[in-house]
Amino acid sequence: MSMLPDLLLVMLVLGAALWTVAARDRRSSVIGFIALGLLLALVWMRLYAVDVALTEAAVGGGATGLLLLRACARLDSIDAGKPSAGRTLQLLIGFCCAAMGVGIAAAALGGPDLPPTLAPAVAANIDAVGLGNPVTVVLLAYRAIDTLLEKIVLIAALVGVWSLAPDDVWGGPPASLKLAKASEPLTFLAQILPPVGFVIGVYLIWNGADEPGGTFQGGTVLAAMWLLVMLAGLAEPPETRRALLQYLVVFGPAVFLISGFSGFWLAEGFLSYPTGFAKTMIVALEVALALSIAVIVAMMLAGPSARTPR
Amino acid sequence: MTAGAATIDSGALLVVSIMLPVTGMLAVIVSPARRSEQVALVILAASLLTAVATAAEVLRTGEPIEYLLGNWRPPLGVALRADGLSVTLMVMASIVLSCVGLYASGSYLAPPDAHHSRSRTVFWTLLLGLSVALNTAFLAQDLFTLFVALELLTFSAVALVALDGRPTSLEAALRYLLLALAGSVFYLVGTAVLYGAYGRLDLSGLRQISRDDLATTFALSLMMTGLLVKTALFPMHLWLPPAHAGAPAAASALLSALVVKAPFFLIVLLWTGIAPRPFSVIAGQVLAILGMASIVFCSVMALRQSRLKLMIAYSTVAQVGYLFLVFPLTIGGTANLAWSGCVLQLVSHAFAKASMFLAAGVIAEVMGHDRISNLKGTFHAVPITLTAFALAGLSLIGLPISGGFSAKYMLLTAATEIGAWWIAGTILVGGLLAAGYVFKVLGQALAPPAEGFAAARSIPLHRELVVLVLASAAIAMGFLPLDPLPFITIGRMGLP
Repeated sequence: MSMLPDLLLVMLVLGAALWTVAARDRRSSVIGFIALGLLLALVWMRLYAVDVALTEAAVGGGATGLLLLRACARLDSIDAGKPSAGRTLQLLIGFCCAAMGVGIAAAALGGPDLPPTLAPAVAANIDAVGLGNPVTVVLLAYRAIDTLLEKIVLIAALVGVWSLAPDDVWGGPPASLKLAKASEPLTFLAQILPPVGFVIGVYLIWNGADEPGGTFQGGTVLAAMWLLVMLAGLAEPPETRRALLQYLVVFGPAVFLISGFSGFWLAEGFLSYPTGFAKTMIVALEVALALSIAVIVAMMLAGPSARTPR
Repeated sequence: MTAGAATIDSGALLVVSIMLPVTGMLAVIVSPARRSEQVALVILAASLLTAVATAAEVLRTGEPIEYLLGNWRPPLGVALRADGLSVTLMVMASIVLSCVGLYASGSYLAPPDAHHSRSRTVFWTLLLGLSVALNTAFLAQDLFTLFVALELLTFSAVALVALDGRPTSLEAALRYLLLALAGSVFYLVGTAVLYGAYGRLDLSGLRQISRDDLATTFALSLMMTGLLVKTALFPMHLWLPPAHAGAPAAASALLSALVVKAPFFLIVLLWTGIAPRPFSVIAGQVLAILGMASIVFCSVMALRQSRLKLMIAYSTVAQVGYLFLVFPLTIGGTANLAWSGCVLQLVSHAFAKASMFLAAGVIAEVMGHDRISNLKGTFHAVPITLTAFALAGLSLIGLPISGGFSAKYMLLTAATEIGAWWIAGTILVGGLLAAGYVFKVLGQALAPPAEGFAAARSIPLHRELVVLVLASAAIAMGFLPLDPLPFITIGRMGLP
């Protein structure tokens, strides 16, 4: 009988995916995509991958969804909301996806019953770092280089978004995010939710050392709170040339870089932590990175400068 | 224990070569726009020194340099590794980046006032972003870290395509972004399938345990397809000409000389390091056929262009095609010669193509347009630049003495020695077609100017000299002996 909830979940995922592909207009398609992201988060929960579930919900459902909705709003003012991809292109993409799906299924089903994994090695070395959450240990100790470079990717992407501003408004604030008809419930939500969301975000970051959660999930929640306030029109996006903003963007990666180099003198080389201080340093790093992630994600969603700087 | 200490010291060079440009990116973002250029040039100079020092160390010891990040051993941790090939590519990339940096210094990007700081900040940040991405791609020994390098490469390159903000460049950049991201998805799914099959992502480990089964074949085919999209091999090249031709010349030079080479390098890593037989044999044949199609088709397309920058962009797809000829040529006893030809082609094309795009930028500024049919008097206006263009053209055609000649000669010898006449024939046809498109431009540009001709604007001397330096570097590669290069085989895994 325990199969039943899982079957239901699978049907829902397939339904949301079909809806996303088949929906006639762009906006319903995006809403289907957001639903799909949230359902996938549930799937990850069922697979006991809570960290992945949190990330999928925050990034796949939340941040990407908001980005797509804003893109819809922009495009609706240009055309009548019809998807513009031609039939041939749609068929080609469909074929690629189907082929990939079949290949993954064949590879997964044809593999050994117990796929090889690094999980035991991760667990065996976790005491050397002193953290409880194996995902955080992988992200900030074993594979810290990937996490550091991913932040640089985020910064490059933000600069790419900013670069789309016309020359004469460069450095100015992005267009107001305030919705055309700001409803009272939204304003109310934007007034009471941020303190709660802030606590949840900080909890996720702080707790990420030992329990599921961490910088990316916590940072995205913080970004969501800021975006909510901007969507309700209670605050305007800041000028992109503001020094404080720019320092916040580079703060986390810079701290990571300094901590990495300090390993040459204090520990066993670049990106290694001194014995006994690993947990302290990782929690401090997570706080710094989460701040930068929150600012970068929020500014990326706010878009390029659209008004002349004062 | 002194030996151990020495290893730690040289290992730090690898960390520095990635982290120097990272530091530079962060510094450019928080510094005022007028300072961004100085910060970036200092970082580029330091990166060049680091790359040369790393190469000198590898050459001196004859051993690769390895570094375990965070002192975690793979497969748990990630290793950096500099062998003969990767330091060669690092030095090449540093030279091109530094030259392009010098070319773009001063008032090239925008007049020096507060209202035009957008293109400065964006250009210098992303130039350093490319440097981080390239060095990571050349050094990292882990499939996922290599993915991160590819992402950084893509995002930096796409925004550089859109730098001048015209609708046509934005469209080209968007098409590039969508296709490159599709390529990323292919690579990432392949990586996930490999992890599912082997439980590790480090190259040295996968090399020992990779086997010929469905999962491996599927994963490697996916990853290589994704990389082919990013490196723009025929028939997945359609995004490249508008993107590379639409960017400002300094950005085009980086895109054509360096950005398309990193995915090729990754294909080489997969092919030599992980691909099992017989998959590697079949894949090698397919890659070479696509390479030949690129050479013939895109050389003809280059010949038919009426705009200079589009012609040079099509030439990039054709010249990158030569790199893919190497795979079937490594089966016989001439493998070392073939690899040497391939690496020489990669490096000399980087110098020649960077020089040519920068020259095209100068020509467009001086003439006020880049229509090939209307370039009379260019030599009269910018003799140094046009000399550089001609030298770079010699290398692309493969006329002696030039890096391009040595490269194509080595590939040709390897091909005839194993009786691969189809490859040998394509190399010759490609050379003839390249001669066609290069001389088409030179014929116009060397003609005396029409009466009443006046240059649209004057060009600072340092920019013309940089173009000449790059072209001379492509020529200088031709003075290497026509033997297999011993340097590139130092520490290379999987090479015969």
